[in-house]
Amino acid sequence: MTAPDDLARDAPPQRTRGFMLEWRAMTARTYVRIVGSLREPAWIFTDAVLPSLGMCSYVLMYRALGAPRSYEAVAVVGGILSAFWLNVLWGMGAQLYWEKQQGQLQLYFAAPCSRMAILTGMALGGVLTTTLRSIVGVSLGLWVFHVRVTAVDVGALALVFVITMTALYALGMTLSSLFLLYGREAWHVCNALTEPVYFVSGLFFPIRALGTLGYVSAALVPLALGLDALRQVLLHGAARGLLPLPIEIGGLFVFAVAFLFLARFALERLEALSKHEGRLTLRSQ
Amino acid sequence: MSHPAQHPAAVETEALRRTFKASKRAAAEGPAEIEALAGVDLRIERGEVFGLLGPNGAGKTTCIKILTTLLYPTGGVARVAGFDVVREAQEVRRRIALVSGGEASGYGILTVRECLWLFSQLYGVPSRDAWPRVDRLIDIVDLKPQRHTRINRLSTGQRQRMNFARGFVSDPDVLFLDEPTLGMDVTAARSLRGFVAEWVRERAGRTVLLTTHYMAEAEELCDRVAIIDRGRVLACDSVPALRRQVQGGQHVELELRRADPRLLEGDALAGLKPAWGAEHPDRGTRTVKFRLPTDTPLVRVLRALEERGVQVEGVATRETSLEDVFIAVVGRALDERTP
Repeated sequence: MTAPDDLARDAPPQRTRGFMLEWRAMTARTYVRIVGSLREPAWIFTDAVLPSLGMCSYVLMYRALGAPRSYEAVAVVGGILSAFWLNVLWGMGAQLYWEKQQGQLQLYFAAPCSRMAILTGMALGGVLTTTLRSIVGVSLGLWVFHVRVTAVDVGALALVFVITMTALYALGMTLSSLFLLYGREAWHVCNALTEPVYFVSGLFFPIRALGTLGYVSAALVPLALGLDALRQVLLHGAARGLLPLPIEIGGLFVFAVAFLFLARFALERLEALSKHEGRLTLRSQ
Repeated sequence: MSHPAQHPAAVETEALRRTFKASKRAAAEGPAEIEALAGVDLRIERGEVFGLLGPNGAGKTTCIKILTTLLYPTGGVARVAGFDVVREAQEVRRRIALVSGGEASGYGILTVRECLWLFSQLYGVPSRDAWPRVDRLIDIVDLKPQRHTRINRLSTGQRQRMNFARGFVSDPDVLFLDEPTLGMDVTAARSLRGFVAEWVRERAGRTVLLTTHYMAEAEELCDRVAIIDRGRVLACDSVPALRRQVQGGQHVELELRRADPRLLEGDALAGLKPAWGAEHPDRGTRTVKFRLPTDTPLVRVLRALEERGVQVEGVATRETSLEDVFIAVVGRALDERTP
């Protein structure tokens, strides 16, 4: 090491409070996600190309069966959202568990910024990087399978996308605390939630095909509702939507608000419990 | 937000207690609760470097976890910079930083510069201030050639130095260093100590609470030291004052063959309170340390050992060190775990 320099004599750096503190913490955590995604090109293959193979199978199957072309578009939209669902589970749900294992969680808990700012940063980074990766699915759909979408209302598409992402990632924020509280073996829970949610959300087929189960899952799983709403915006009547679009948007809004509150509550509960019991945030305990 | 007194202590604890529930297996064989802190009273003034010394399991880390708002106490009060660690945790967090030795914090995908910047953001340091500060800290910890290296490619020692630098990115009022030089090479650790001493000296009010296993580190850095064992503070004073408390007699270190602890019992050896040190399997010996009262000649001890068939391979006497103080106060060496 070099000899101590003038740093010790410098005036202390400014330490912002309030909104700016939360903003800096959030953007810094977002930065980690984005940089992480860009520095590991292999992840594009594992997180974007591989999940798209399932989508390709369904498109080819519908084509082989001579199903209407809209079914291919249904599968492509499902394939794109599957990347987000995987990110919600593995990139959000299991994240606090990994942070704890790395010894990072206690540093977050000892810092003055709020934990919600950290989780929001993780979510924003997840949305941004997964959106970039979903370009692979969109490209396959448009240029390889020549999927057609009807004239798209960009405003409605943006609204449905944003509100679906908010609902999904707020669910991920909730899961991240719950996994740490109740499921140390977080990856088993992630695995258990992958395929069943794909099924009840109608990832590769119109959810209407599930009948009553479709309505139940729309009421419980934001992915199901978001998927159906996105298909309705992109494909209109050909999407064979479950509920009228405004109702689905309203439902997604309720999901988003409810999960954001739930995430905050779960996080506060996690922190209180960890301080009472002396575990959860500390790797060694 | 409440306002602390005009000149509060940097750290203050009153009858601080913390118990943990024992695991089911441990509870079946012993008490249902483990008392990690059993009423700790401390007052650390602003501008002090304060050392907390104790064997493994003594309660040092529990104390630091409470003071850094990571753990609730089960009794008593703890204040940092005048703020209560339970009721005013947010105010405490604005003023502190924590560095734990041996931790592997930071995201492997980030470079050293980015990782330190990330932590500065959690404390709200604007980037225009944070980046130059990060660069200077990187210089200080001698990581300039690695500043653009991903941290998962750093050696353990390099990562340790980066963690040390992390503690200073926000220039905290109170810095908690929990075994900060663990795993560091001697030169780096010495330089680190130099920086800590200068950092505290250069501005009134900066305070460091240090736990360490290295007695020399505590002697070199700390204005005062508290010796803690089984959750209780057994002694608390400056190092010279602690030395004076145990002076009177020589400090003797013997290397013994056939070093059965029972052989050291008996009249001639009574009252020595020997502390067993490391074994030397290659030589078949073990070290034992004790303070020899002024009225007991060393030769009498050596003769008594000879009569018991214990072979003395080496004898050393020296000045009172902090380690001697520790042994005198705790009754065993620092590397011996709390029974």
